[in-house]
Amino acid sequence: MTAPVPILRMRGISKEFPGVKALSGVDFRLLPGEVHALMGENGAGKSTLIKVLTGVHDIDAGEIELGGRKVVFAGPSAAQQAGISTVYQEVNLCTNLSVAENILIGREPRRLGRIQWGRTRRRAAELLARLELDIDVSAPLSAYSPAMQQMVAIARAVDVSARVLILDEPTSSLDTGEVAQLFRVMRKLKEEGIAILFVSHFLDQVYEISDRMTILRNGRLVSEHLTGELGQVELVGKMIGRELADLEKLEGKPLARETEALVEAEDLGRAGAVEPFTLTIHEGEVVGLAGLLGSGRTEIARLLFGADHAGTGSLKIDGRPVSLRTPRAAMNHRIAFCSENRRAEGLIPDLTVRENLILALQAARGWSRPIPRRKQDELVDKYISALKINPADPEQLIRNLSGGNQQKVMLARWLILEPRLLILDEPTRGIDVGAKAEIQRLVASLSDGGMAVLFISAELEEVLRLSHKIGVLRDRRLVAELDNDDDLTTDVLMETIASGARA
Amino acid sequence: MNAVLRHRLLWPAVVLAALLLTNLLFTGTFFAVQMRDGHLYGSLIDIVRFGAPLILVALGMTLVIATGGIDLSVGSVVSISGALACLRISGMDDQNTVSGVVAAAGLGLVLSLALGVWNGLLVAGVGIQPIIATLILMVAGRGLAQLITDGQIITVNSGPYKLIGGGYWLTLPFGIIIVLAVLALTAVLTRRLALGLLIESVGGNAEASRLAGIRSRGVIIAVYTFAALCAGVAGLMISSNVSSADGNNAGLWIELDAILAVVIGGTSLAGGRFSLGGTVLGALIIQTLTTTIYSIGVPPETTLLFKALVVTVVCLLQSPAFREKAFHRRRRPVTAPPAAEEKVRVPA
Repeated sequence: MTAPVPILRMRGISKEFPGVKALSGVDFRLLPGEVHALMGENGAGKSTLIKVLTGVHDIDAGEIELGGRKVVFAGPSAAQQAGISTVYQEVNLCTNLSVAENILIGREPRRLGRIQWGRTRRRAAELLARLELDIDVSAPLSAYSPAMQQMVAIARAVDVSARVLILDEPTSSLDTGEVAQLFRVMRKLKEEGIAILFVSHFLDQVYEISDRMTILRNGRLVSEHLTGELGQVELVGKMIGRELADLEKLEGKPLARETEALVEAEDLGRAGAVEPFTLTIHEGEVVGLAGLLGSGRTEIARLLFGADHAGTGSLKIDGRPVSLRTPRAAMNHRIAFCSENRRAEGLIPDLTVRENLILALQAARGWSRPIPRRKQDELVDKYISALKINPADPEQLIRNLSGGNQQKVMLARWLILEPRLLILDEPTRGIDVGAKAEIQRLVASLSDGGMAVLFISAELEEVLRLSHKIGVLRDRRLVAELDNDDDLTTDVLMETIASGARA
Repeated sequence: MNAVLRHRLLWPAVVLAALLLTNLLFTGTFFAVQMRDGHLYGSLIDIVRFGAPLILVALGMTLVIATGGIDLSVGSVVSISGALACLRISGMDDQNTVSGVVAAAGLGLVLSLALGVWNGLLVAGVGIQPIIATLILMVAGRGLAQLITDGQIITVNSGPYKLIGGGYWLTLPFGIIIVLAVLALTAVLTRRLALGLLIESVGGNAEASRLAGIRSRGVIIAVYTFAALCAGVAGLMISSNVSSADGNNAGLWIELDAILAVVIGGTSLAGGRFSLGGTVLGALIIQTLTTTIYSIGVPPETTLLFKALVVTVVCLLQSPAFREKAFHRRRRPVTAPPAAEEKVRVPA
């Protein structure tokens, strides 16, 4: 078998940002008709490599070859014209326009400068049919699920240029059925000879869809493998550069404890967000919330933190009735909430790591009682080293950090307050295996120290591994509360989610 | 050296220096400062003195802009505050009593404060977009000022009141002392205390700030109140300097100069990081520009055009993206490109 000629070849790529060496001497190749997974921890350089490839960033050294010719991209549109299209995690389409408009925007069939809407719609329908999708192209994009919007984005990307398609974490907000649909589309494109670069943190998905993988660590190339020739454990070992004993350590299920009730919610609910639910969280207890996306997990967290007003029911803390009208009120009862939506509800991108870290503490003290600078530096140094935040530079702007490290700063922001109840909404989403294990270990040790944790995650294994008790949500309703005993497995959880009752 | 080159106030400082040097070319004695009758005199002193109201208004505007807002009503507040104080003084039997003048000035400031709270409530409480919320007072405020002055220009003849905008204290014009005091107060509030961090946080991401426990609403009301208070003081200064209150023309368009000063000083209109020093530099640049126009003899009919050109240059120099384009070639990959003619330059 002769080796096929790579459609894309990158050699010796280096890229440096102020204070951060993002890529050094990375080689990468992509063959036509393959799905190639780009693997690595957060901060390993995956995003930077993609941005270099799509012309978002210049390169400091190295060269890019596309179809045998050296290229330099002046910007994303240049890369697109040359045949490299990208679909990002957050779909960059206009939800208020129709599906057809979204697919063909800027390239509508025209006659005498007038858009021919009939032909536009037919063309869009053809493109979707090529992906074996049959939807109404004149309906607004907002009428469709995120998964379908993603397919539309792919249809657009493939029509713009059909040589290289980059999918950056396309599955992070899709459910199982939607992922299967996406993979069908990817296989179809692969058969047509398109090279697909795929980035995902879900190892199972990578093994299901990819033919080949390239592993990066700390901005350097580790190795390239055929997917079939590399086991999962070896892969993770290569990604984090050490043995995977860390994850195993937590395998033993934690024991439920008999402690005082800390937070008791009774018939707490909010119309349109979550049906009235009753839930008790004890001191030192990890309560997991499991359920599909949009099942009301986040809404429960927001009610317990006072981020939204409860419409019904009552809440007791330490046995005394309270009303949490604002996040600040919840903070006064030492409740902390780390949002799943880091960018919109967590980070202040213009501020430094130090300022982001002390923000909640400063807010709690009020504007008139500043935290002395020495004390700030002390706290920040402590948490940077405790959580291994990288780069360990307190004055770096937080927007320059990778996702996993930003997440750690968010965690530290709340840990400084030494809360009694820590609400973590998807704290491990979109971050790599190493950081994930660290955060899981942290949750376990915090709970050992007496802190109650409400742990929300889409990954059932993770919920199961950490929680003493698990609340199962379905269609905005808390349908079951299960003790994490030996009989409870992910299968039972899944069945409960599916049927609404313990099997 | 590198730290100096990268400092964000470098370019405003360079522009100010260039303007001052231009003046020196045309007027050899421009930098001379003399002591006359126990007062300091000189062109430099005059620039700060005449620029004092603008600096004050711009300081308030800086904090508002840092929260991601804007305050168009400060010009109206300037005229209202001056009008109310002058009305009160003109009604006094003896316009030279200090206590009466203090009470009149206090009255103007209290009304300014109330107007600021009104703005803050519209923005943070009702949720109206800042540009619209303050547009209401910008338009209505002129009417209010005319109501106060009954459509006339009120003239006063009060020694103590004249001190605020036209007098001297410790050899310096009193206005400069007021500016220094307000600047010091603002710097302490925002940088010594934690108000600055909270303001920058609200401007950077309002929802995240709320979820971090910051009372965003209180912070926003506070900055609009502070901006109106600064405008009120500026209003007293302006009316005191000419010993009269003109509801129509006092502080006319000062809000635009103030916004310009903030932007020249390097604070982004999108909110977030702010620089008080930058704002002061920005206001001084605008005032020096006005002085320069007179001293180098720009024909009056081209004054506005000349001003616009200088401001455009300053704003371009402030933009890192523009400097990158103008002063450096776009950086090429460091490795020598082998056989350059092979390279396909894909058009943007």
